[in-house]
Amino acid sequence: MGDELNYPEDLRYNESHEWARCEDHTVTVGISDHAQAELQNVVYVELPEVGVNTKQKEEFGVIESVKAAYELYAPVSGEIIEINQELEHAPELVNEDPYNQGWMVKIRMDDPSELSNLLSAEDYHANINSEEMSE
Amino acid sequence: MSEDLKRTTLYHTHTQLGAKLIEFGGWEMPVQYSNIIEEHLTVRSKMGMFDLSHMGEIEISGKGALKLLQRLITNDAAGKLVDGRVLYSPMCNLAGGIIDDLLVYRLAEDRYMLVVNASNIRQDFEWICANNNENAEVEDHSNRTVLIALQGQSSVQTLQMLSDIDVTTIKYYWFQEGHIQGIPVIISRTGYTGEVGFELYTGSCYGATLWDSLYKSVIAEEGLPVGLGARDTLRLEAGLPLHGNDIDQTTTPFESRLNWAVSLKKGDFIGREALIEQKKQGIVNRLIGFRMLDRSIARSHYPIYQDGECISEVTSGGLSPTLGVSIGLAYLPSGKGKVGSKIEIQIRQKLHPAEVVPIPFYRSQELTA
Repeated sequence: MGDELNYPEDLRYNESHEWARCEDHTVTVGISDHAQAELQNVVYVELPEVGVNTKQKEEFGVIESVKAAYELYAPVSGEIIEINQELEHAPELVNEDPYNQGWMVKIRMDDPSELSNLLSAEDYHANINSEEMSE
Repeated sequence: MSEDLKRTTLYHTHTQLGAKLIEFGGWEMPVQYSNIIEEHLTVRSKMGMFDLSHMGEIEISGKGALKLLQRLITNDAAGKLVDGRVLYSPMCNLAGGIIDDLLVYRLAEDRYMLVVNASNIRQDFEWICANNNENAEVEDHSNRTVLIALQGQSSVQTLQMLSDIDVTTIKYYWFQEGHIQGIPVIISRTGYTGEVGFELYTGSCYGATLWDSLYKSVIAEEGLPVGLGARDTLRLEAGLPLHGNDIDQTTTPFESRLNWAVSLKKGDFIGREALIEQKKQGIVNRLIGFRMLDRSIARSHYPIYQDGECISEVTSGGLSPTLGVSIGLAYLPSGKGKVGSKIEIQIRQKLHPAEVVPIPFYRSQELTA
């Protein structure tokens, strides 16, 4: 099932299914194709206020499907400098375009060395497959 | 998935259809086949089919059957049931709390089928046996019965094509015995979706064949198999309470707007005195419907505030796919739950505005036609 899904090579991933796109010291964050496919209809996204500080692997928001609410975990530590306001009225963008229009927050990264704690596309994909095997 | 979960006869059919399975009331059941919102909207616009074989069927028969039934349930089986008629009723404890809500089918004057919630089968059966002072026969047929629901506008014509009896003339809350493609089936015009539809009971040995023949017709008519996810959103839009969420042993039928299914005049029944007393004292809390005024989603157990005071919690809540807003049910103290009243739901740390609205949230034009 995971094989039809897409995991861009230029991104880094959390085991908890968030992706991080790094440009200079700004990291854009969203959830992976796998996560959106598992959640199916995303119906609500709760994001932090701009200016809030977040820590790597700590909760920064919540995403809700029809069935339940799931926490979102920050891939890096830093200040939230922008949130995707489109998602307030169009949460379905997370399903339709998880890596572009479905982005959630931009974080000004405190410590670029934290990026090494994240998974490559290949490792993330392998990780999903092993999760599915163990179910 | 835990190994002691029960599976229905149709388990392998569901896995072959690619259903996503979850634990529900001790059962491993399909939560969705394709997509909850799509399944939901397909039931509203065309039709859907559901495996509900996890539900329980308890048969009460013999000379004392009706007397036992009258004592067990709050509704009036003697006054309202004839052969072929279905009756909805709560079954209460001595305090008037709802042990379960169920359907009663009168198969014959001395033979009744009770259809009960999956997670309550054992407890209901024990309760019925413990109160059986009438020497009635009480048998649990749950494991040998398959229940498939066909719900939605197109279900009448679809079933008509497959059936040897005229299903178009079966009225709401009536049933007939007939055959679907040669399979003996109880065809009941009932449901839990707020749409026109049928619930079909047959022996387990016919389950897979019945599913397959219905499935072909449902797909040909652009219907879908539907899991418990959409079953929950459909019943919530229709304002139908779910036992274990909205009603339980701590709530009475008067509090949960089920007055219509309580007959205080029919004679004694378990819980009657407590219900009379509650009526005399006045009903303090009543089940109400609300809708969120922003896009946030209220879910079970979220606290409810009014004027800065925590007054209750959500019993059921979620997105209404038909209405596009989040809706929910809750008990509110009288005076605080009038239609139009403003309340706030605490979702994580923040309060979100909501408004009390009439139940049902959604009503099909054709349901009772």
